Amino acid sequence: MIKQEAMEVISSTRIAKDTIEMVLNNSYISNKAVPGQFLHISVVGHTLRRPISIAAVNQAENTVTILFKIIGSGTEALANHQVGSSINVLGPSGNGFSIDELTKEDSVLLIGGGIGVPPLYYLGTVLKEQGVNVQAVLGFQSKEYVFYEEDFIALGDTLVVTNDGSYGHEGYVTDLVDELDEFDSYYSCGPAPMLQAVTKTFPNKKGFISFEERMGCGVGACFACVIETKDEAGYKKICQDGPVFAASEVSL
Amino acid sequence: MIDLSVSLPGLNLKNPIMPASGCFGFGREYSQFYDLSTLGAVIMKAATGEERLGNPTPRVAETSSGMLNAIGLQNPGVRKIMETEIPFLADFNIPIIANVAGSTIDEYEYVATELNKAERLDAIELNISCPNVREGGIQFGIDPSMAATVTETVKKASNVPVYVKLSPNVTSIVDMAKGIEQAGADGLTMINTLTGMRLDLANKKPIIANKTGGLSGPAIKPIAIRMIYEVSQHVSIPIIGMGGIERAEDVLEYLLAGASAVAVGTANFQNPLICPEIIADLPRVLERYGYSSINEVIGGAHE
Repeated sequence: MIKQEAMEVISSTRIAKDTIEMVLNNSYISNKAVPGQFLHISVVGHTLRRPISIAAVNQAENTVTILFKIIGSGTEALANHQVGSSINVLGPSGNGFSIDELTKEDSVLLIGGGIGVPPLYYLGTVLKEQGVNVQAVLGFQSKEYVFYEEDFIALGDTLVVTNDGSYGHEGYVTDLVDELDEFDSYYSCGPAPMLQAVTKTFPNKKGFISFEERMGCGVGACFACVIETKDEAGYKKICQDGPVFAASEVSL
Repeated sequence: MIDLSVSLPGLNLKNPIMPASGCFGFGREYSQFYDLSTLGAVIMKAATGEERLGNPTPRVAETSSGMLNAIGLQNPGVRKIMETEIPFLADFNIPIIANVAGSTIDEYEYVATELNKAERLDAIELNISCPNVREGGIQFGIDPSMAATVTETVKKASNVPVYVKLSPNVTSIVDMAKGIEQAGADGLTMINTLTGMRLDLANKKPIIANKTGGLSGPAIKPIAIRMIYEVSQHVSIPIIGMGGIERAEDVLEYLLAGASAVAVGTANFQNPLICPEIIADLPRVLERYGYSSINEVIGGAHE
């Protein structure tokens, strides 16, 4: 259930260009959040909350980690929060990745692009605990934007690709298909063009995609963040029905 | 003891606070945060004759002290709303107001007629001022003769009181209001959003896929106050005021300007508990300014 909660900023670190990693303390959120869910974060002086994915959870310490890129005045204001200050959030929001069916026999591929990488890290850590075989392909604009490479390597084989070739492989995540081991299903989050390319590259694989969109209420009431679906309903709400959807159910 | 109750055509409100249409869905999502029976009433999201899928995304953009939206009246259609949403709301002991929209006079008439069969309905808010759909909507709200025609038609078709939602995107809001009162409206709700636009500096294009969107939030509150101040001096039907209400003091300002009740819209997105919080705080603010009831405040600016 979504609650409005105050979270204390435990740490705030610039881990890559324009990219902030923030650790927040709150027992309700840390105990309820599952991989793929997000926090709808209030930013002082701004009308709309900012939806930000959960990148990691530490239940023992009651903490949740978020990562976000500074792209405007809202994320700038969020980045300016000092350690010890309080952030008002709605959460945990949305539905997570469906992973209950996965067993030790399964092998999954995580495909992340830019600021779409963080929710896949939380997912990867939970899958690893379940004994699922994990490999990852992470795409970034260029070397200075790369983050969490070591963390993903700790989960499984990890390839990094940058658009300009300044780090790792050059090109896009989908250029690395031939270098991958066999996998049963994929989980992906990133910019829309990347998600389109991913679903086209693996048309016969079971896939799950997490979307981001400008949101209003974040609870399913305002119909701002909808996505076209292939079923008779015609649309779903990203904040409430998603942000994770089966690749087969949505139109990209 | 402070008396928060207000009596309007078809609506016996235990307090003057209700969520605004389009900002509250059909109440389900917010019912996980609080008991909806705390509210004075609820105004549902727009109902059209058939299901509408709305506009492409992005549908919202933030502005200084507000936001733009262009949802495009997405809704499951009036029959589905009567089957699934009104029965849900009927379990709460509060008046239910349906927001009625359409592209043609016939569609407005159809929706209003269908709603007569609803399990429970206390009033209609006639949406002739949605700025975000290509046909209908605001056309009816900016042309005085069309506004009068659609008001007369829905009034005739419906068996509950009809409140007409006025668009601020007009030259003379007073003339529109007078025409609509003459056409038989039982009340007015004002104001709907103001048409606006925001551009993305990187790609030089409007942020909202529909290009323009309706501006709401605290940015429009002074405009709404001015319009209600003017209109309330020229009509005798009651006004439900809306636009940027975020606290109990804002409610008092609307009542002084001439509103008899208010709707809270955009503020729900920032704080899902905003309506019950304002209701709980209202007695304190009324007392502070020397009032013992809502009725004493209404129109106070004109005395």
